[in-house]
Amino acid sequence: MHRSALIVFLLLVTGVSVLGFYAARWRRADLEQLHEWGLGGRRFGPWVTWFMLGGDIYTAYTFVALPALVFGAGAIGFFAMPYTIICYPLVFAVLPRLWRVAHRHNHITGADFVRDRYDSPLLGLLVAVTGILAVMPYIALQLVGIEVVLAGLGLPTRGWAGDLPLVIAFAALAAYTYTSGLRAAALIAVVKDLLIYVTVIAAVIVIPIELGGFGKIFAAVPAAKVMLARPPAGSLGSYSAFATLALGSAVALFAYPHVLTGTLSADSPRTVARNMAFLPAYTFALGLTALLGFMAIAAGVDKLPQFAGYFRQYSNNFAVPALFMKSFSGWFTGVAFAAIAIGALVPAAIMSIAASNLWTRNIYRQYLRPDCSGPQEARQAKRVSLVVKFGALIFAIALPTSYAINLQLLGSIWIIQTVPALAFGLYTRWFHRWALAVGWLVGMVLGTWLEARLRFKGTVYPLHLLGTVVPTYIAVTAVVVNSVVAAGLTWVFRVLGIAAGTDRTAPTDYRSAAAGGAVEN
Amino acid sequence: MNASAEPRASSRRWWLLLLLVPLIATLWVPWFAHVRPVLFGLPFFYWYLLAWAPGSVLCSAFVYFKTRDVI
Repeated sequence: MHRSALIVFLLLVTGVSVLGFYAARWRRADLEQLHEWGLGGRRFGPWVTWFMLGGDIYTAYTFVALPALVFGAGAIGFFAMPYTIICYPLVFAVLPRLWRVAHRHNHITGADFVRDRYDSPLLGLLVAVTGILAVMPYIALQLVGIEVVLAGLGLPTRGWAGDLPLVIAFAALAAYTYTSGLRAAALIAVVKDLLIYVTVIAAVIVIPIELGGFGKIFAAVPAAKVMLARPPAGSLGSYSAFATLALGSAVALFAYPHVLTGTLSADSPRTVARNMAFLPAYTFALGLTALLGFMAIAAGVDKLPQFAGYFRQYSNNFAVPALFMKSFSGWFTGVAFAAIAIGALVPAAIMSIAASNLWTRNIYRQYLRPDCSGPQEARQAKRVSLVVKFGALIFAIALPTSYAINLQLLGSIWIIQTVPALAFGLYTRWFHRWALAVGWLVGMVLGTWLEARLRFKGTVYPLHLLGTVVPTYIAVTAVVVNSVVAAGLTWVFRVLGIAAGTDRTAPTDYRSAAAGGAVEN
Repeated sequence: MNASAEPRASSRRWWLLLLLVPLIATLWVPWFAHVRPVLFGLPFFYWYLLAWAPGSVLCSAFVYFKTRDVI
């Protein structure tokens, strides 16, 4: 069983690496320019953008951790459904605006836009640093996805020999990201998606049949996990927790640097809008994957003696690999595990590119080498992408997994603090740059403090509002306070007449030609 | 040219409000946090949320075709 799975797995992962190196020749262009290396030349059409954003948002960690959450905690894990349904309508009209203004001013990152809009390199720096901080633990978490499938394949998982497969996989990833940039991620994303679809479809057909149908599966799940607990009197209980987790995650999603990179690499605002319209279809596959958590409960995988050691080492994150190993034949387990591993490599590549774009544009060129040439800028970004990946690798190997998970929880609370500057800025110049900066600081401190008070045992903090207990996702609480502070201080700073800087963008930069904007070139 | 395009563009942007439908439908938890009616063995909570994935696509695709020139 292990051998056929291992062979199929190695074939697929090696094939994908070859594809990654080949990508440098795909739509050949001057990779010595940052917008070519780091944005694929802004030439990806609707289909490639679909795979890019799909590869970005539906990561390996999602496909491992989400069913693990449902396996452990039940219905509350399904907040990922509203989250990935509403995130697209929320930004349907917002992102085409961002694309336009970014295209017109050659912005590579969200921080570029913020800097030009508010005439404030400092505000750009805050957005860039937040992005890098939020994305680093996310890359490290992708490694967790790879680790659990490598363990499932029977490879050693302890000592230096245990780290070796991970190091090899990441070295290959680093090498082809270095040579091919975002093109590698885009090509591999197509393969990743096909493998994920095949795996998910097979899983939701084969496994329920084996287990006697969904009726039997849900009958085997404890009632407390099947449904959200009805809120007690005087509290909104799990209902507000569920809704704010979904809303906060959805609002935060498009502030993540890797998602913005995926968006800005599209070839037109229409491509962006079309993807926002059709990407919720992917969420259907995500929902089916979440149900795997219940199937794992019904199959009792954590009670099978052959998996006991794995569950001790990886806890609930081993639920899905165990379910696949129990239900699939050897070679198809190899396909499924390759889908998870490749599903980790794609976002890891895009995230590292996004982080190096931020470093290069908003720190290196802004503060360290303002006079650097285009090729120097691209070279810097390529090198930094290596640093970022090896940083994440050391992070994943040297520190316990719980550190990466805690930092990722904090990362989503942090990244949402950049939404006022980014999203409000696309519609109005009313906010004052220093008010946004102070709002950001307040949101960061408040979010981190509330999370620390929970001792990282979750992200939902009970608020007491007008005599009712409202359990609320910390990111939502912190960004609301951030926005209120930013609005209040804007008013104060305007009254005091503190200089607001010069907007380097024009109103026509944001609109389509039909709506009175400048004509696309 | 722009003067005549502007009012038409803004009136078509009203369609964007349709995007709020999936938001409200999937965030107002009391509407769907129950077991019955069961479909294919799935409690209502699960198949309702699963159904909103294609439901949201229909909504946004409609809005896309109505507004693609003006957003």
